Amino acid sequence: MRGLRRAEILIALLLAAAIVLAAFSTPWLRFVLTVALAKGVAVLGILLLLRAGQVSFGHALYVALGAYAVAFLAPRVPEAALLLPLAAVVAGLVGTVVGLFVSRYREIFFGMLNLALSMVFYSVLEKLYHITRGTDGIRVPAITVLGQPLEGSSYDWAVFAMALGLALLFGLLARAYLASPVGQALAAIKTRETRLDFMGVSPRRVLLSAYVLSAVMAGCAGAVIAMATRHVTPLLAYWTASGELVFIAVLGGAGGVLGPFLGAATFELVRVYAAATVADAWGMILGAVLLLVILFARGGLWGIVAARLGRRRAA
Amino acid sequence: MSALLEARGLRLAFGGVKAADGIDLAVTAGEFLAIIGPNGAGKTTFINMATGYLRSQGGQILFDGAEITGRSPREIVRRGIARSFQLPQLFSEHTVEENAALAIAARDGIWSPFRPLLRPAWREEARDLLDRFGLLPAAALRADALNEGTRKLADIAMAVALRPRVLLMDEPTSGVAASEKMAVVETLARVLRSSGVTAVFVEHDMDVVERFADRVAVWAQGRIAALGSPAAVLADPEVQRNVIGIARPARATGGRAADA
Repeated sequence: MRGLRRAEILIALLLAAAIVLAAFSTPWLRFVLTVALAKGVAVLGILLLLRAGQVSFGHALYVALGAYAVAFLAPRVPEAALLLPLAAVVAGLVGTVVGLFVSRYREIFFGMLNLALSMVFYSVLEKLYHITRGTDGIRVPAITVLGQPLEGSSYDWAVFAMALGLALLFGLLARAYLASPVGQALAAIKTRETRLDFMGVSPRRVLLSAYVLSAVMAGCAGAVIAMATRHVTPLLAYWTASGELVFIAVLGGAGGVLGPFLGAATFELVRVYAAATVADAWGMILGAVLLLVILFARGGLWGIVAARLGRRRAA
Repeated sequence: MSALLEARGLRLAFGGVKAADGIDLAVTAGEFLAIIGPNGAGKTTFINMATGYLRSQGGQILFDGAEITGRSPREIVRRGIARSFQLPQLFSEHTVEENAALAIAARDGIWSPFRPLLRPAWREEARDLLDRFGLLPAAALRADALNEGTRKLADIAMAVALRPRVLLMDEPTSGVAASEKMAVVETLARVLRSSGVTAVFVEHDMDVVERFADRVAVWAQGRIAALGSPAAVLADPEVQRNVIGIARPARATGGRAADA
């Protein structure tokens, strides 16, 4: 196991290098990979909750919060280095308030409450036209990155770098968190929650910590998506967007922090290529891929990689 | 001697069934008190009330002179009353070592997100604890891969890791193979005596009671029918007829861990 943990770092660096190379060699992939990295960060939050055996079908709420925070604040604060933390704070605050409520619930109730709250937010974004411009969405004005007014591909590169940096930062953070007592107590919620109470630990507080962290991650992901697409719409909060995050989590595997990024990169690339070649069937292809993963590789893509590494190490 | 844990007129009824019908009991610091009695007499209910899992409908529970009636399980365990379970409550996806380390973490504070659970100090303490329970060979095994006797000991070890002043054990030897039972009890007694823990335990095996307990309380229909030294209580013809006659040989009971 410890060998695998060290290999994880190496694979992460290799994966990062491959992503940078791909973005260099195929410029249109840069945007796809930026979004994939951002979604990977959001899915990392889903993974934390999965460790406690809880599935949120509403985390697009926080992605949308982060994205709209950027869209609303950009005219006043046109600087990426400020917008990103602001989006994280907005998502984190809402995540704390919502988390205090939903951390009382488990399983289907936890999942559905998150779904319900995200759909309420979706409706608000859609209906309050004079504030949010409804389904038309809001265009994000030009912003500076570390004071530099960037244009065209240099701006795209900056956002890409931001996504990659966030992925590495949150990857390391989640890894430390999961190995820590709180992270391990998170896994204990799944197997024997009442025992935690009898040891003097509040399972709710443990779950809340993971929930707030996941909200912050999703908020940052939303901020990056807003900066990359320069346009935000209520669809970011729609339930299918939440479902997509869970889909990617299962696809990538919940066994390690690289799972979400493997899942997100695969998801976005399959979607792009499938949409280009078999435009009508890409949904079916994704569905089939998920089915195969569930049937034959419960640990997801990361599970396959980890098993191969384990075998090589044993041999 | 003053009582460390004391119940005064404790009452609780489930529908028409009186699980506690005026329990008065004073547990002295340092003693090992056995609770015996037929199934359904309210033995586990007493443990559940003393640890905050069930709220009594009347009466008081005092710990070290302070009232703890109606407090939450978390608050009670932090004050120094830990429990183990009839059906071991382990974190099944963690190893035995991690289970012990989680209990140590629960005691010392789990909010250190940048340091691993198996940090050197806690790992060492966990291994030392497991060693005292003879569990070191099982340290690296997942909790769901253990046999019943080992699970039982690991469950108790987790409670001991919290460094309680009083440990309430619900049938510590049920499910343990008859051939291992005495060895398990010897181990337990040694560990608990050496750490100065006061123990209250529900037990069906009268050999264990005779060997392990300083005093015995006999439960019957939510009341304490007899209380005294093992020799005196177990020799009582009434107790022999009503308790031992039913309970010997000890029966394994099913149901949930914290059930009544």
